[in-house]
Amino acid sequence: MSTSAPTQADHAGPVIAFDGVRIGFAEGEILQGVRFSVQDRETLVLLGETGTGKTLTLKLAAGLLQPSAGAVRVLERDLSTMTENELLAFRRRIGFVFQEGALFDSMTVADNVAYRLYEDKVPEEEIEGRVREALHFVELERTFDMLPSELSGGMRRRVSIARALVNQPPIVLYDSPTAGLDPITAQTIISLILRLRDVYGVTAMLATHRLQDGFALANYRFDPASKHVVRAKGNGAGSADEPVTRFLVYREGLVYFEGSPEEIAHSQDPYLKRFLV
Amino acid sequence: MADTPLQVTGSPAKAEEPRLATMEVVTGVFKGWVAGVQEYSLLSFRALKNIPSRPFYFKDLIEQMDDIGVGSLPIVLLSGFFIGAVMVLQTGAQFTRFGQTALTGDVVSLALVRELGPALSGLLVAGRCASGIASELGSMLVTEQVDAMRAMGTDPSRKLVTPRVLATLSMTPLLCALMDFIGLIGGCVAAFFSLRLNVVEFWTRAIKILEFPDIMQGMLKPLVFGFILSTVGCYKGLTVRGGTQGVGRATTQAVVVASVLIIISDTFLTKLCLYLADKVF
Repeated sequence: MSTSAPTQADHAGPVIAFDGVRIGFAEGEILQGVRFSVQDRETLVLLGETGTGKTLTLKLAAGLLQPSAGAVRVLERDLSTMTENELLAFRRRIGFVFQEGALFDSMTVADNVAYRLYEDKVPEEEIEGRVREALHFVELERTFDMLPSELSGGMRRRVSIARALVNQPPIVLYDSPTAGLDPITAQTIISLILRLRDVYGVTAMLATHRLQDGFALANYRFDPASKHVVRAKGNGAGSADEPVTRFLVYREGLVYFEGSPEEIAHSQDPYLKRFLV
Repeated sequence: MADTPLQVTGSPAKAEEPRLATMEVVTGVFKGWVAGVQEYSLLSFRALKNIPSRPFYFKDLIEQMDDIGVGSLPIVLLSGFFIGAVMVLQTGAQFTRFGQTALTGDVVSLALVRELGPALSGLLVAGRCASGIASELGSMLVTEQVDAMRAMGTDPSRKLVTPRVLATLSMTPLLCALMDFIGLIGGCVAAFFSLRLNVVEFWTRAIKILEFPDIMQGMLKPLVFGFILSTVGCYKGLTVRGGTQGVGRATTQAVVVASVLIIISDTFLTKLCLYLADKVF
């Protein structure tokens, strides 16, 4: 696998942009005109209570859902103008890590990770090598022939990450990757996300209930030289070699807060302070 | 306004509300049914439209043919044998009254090939496979595997629906033909041991009575029934709501709806085939 990190110059505008996006169901409107953007190599942490539209936002960014109003632009393409066939091809540039992993339970781990490679008609002789490399990245090479039912929750999430990164997409979307996991396993998942961000330079959106996940992404980085997670110098503010981490808080269908880790950590807003508990 | 606190003033507007609520419920149910028919039609149309274009999931098709065709063999053959035997016993008992037991083979053969084989094989496969399809696809939907498929650039209609529809279309006529054959064997056994009929005579009469319109009817019906049970199973599975409880409901509904549609369509197909047999063949 190559380890090239796309630079800011590769994308002149935002990589992901939501402009006045609305979506709702029979129960009511969930997103009521949200507006934000994600720049190249940036990680946007989506925070909010249950039911505020975090998962919906990720699915809109992946084109799995269409907004009832507004526009979603990803890699300079307006997803709402694309047909389903065009979206199917476009989604190959987006990695999606679902909350419970969403592994195909009738396939082995290897087949799950190789799924996208089979769909892209990659030569058979190349597939096994790339699958092993992806599983090595998430430190699960030993699960090659196992079924998802034989894995723990944390292992399933890691395999899901391996499946998302196997074709090196420029964008990765994480839906509550640490939900329901114990603190140690959650740290393992965050470390993997850090590695993916810092080794491959992906642009990411991460939906989570846990503020500490966002702070971990802001305050730490993966050092390729020492192959360890180390304290970042800029605390998520971004620099030539450290990507930016920003927070977006939803409340009642709208963006309640958008800003840096420093701003949210020092905020006196009573609602935001509840996330800091 | 009331003159005293104990008087209850009339409120004509309130008396109309129950009628409006009932109308809303009826309209809502009707709209839901129409929307359901629309979604089902679109799913079925797309499943067929995908067949001549790429990508085509041949491996999935073979797996489904194995599951639906080979997997249904035991139940179809076992049921077919005993249905043939029962038919001979029932019709033989009536023909004995008129001394015409020799006609038993003719009648059982026509009944099996024209009606019992297609209908019963369709209902058995619906019970086994429509439920399996609905529960498998429903479980995939509630665990976000269908979304994962779409997120990785795979069309679920091509990958999940088309192979199942095509596998069922190719397997149900074969299963029906096997059921007819085994049913005749069962009938032959019952005829020999119960009615003391000559085996060669039974078989000869059973085969000779059949004409092209009978075979056409017997093979057209399984095609239609196979299409119904596979598309209903896929539709119910891919429209599951309500988690695992919804999967259970969808599984039951898939069998019920597929079975009822098979029985209803059998009536119209029989009429059509008899008309074609009369006018065309």
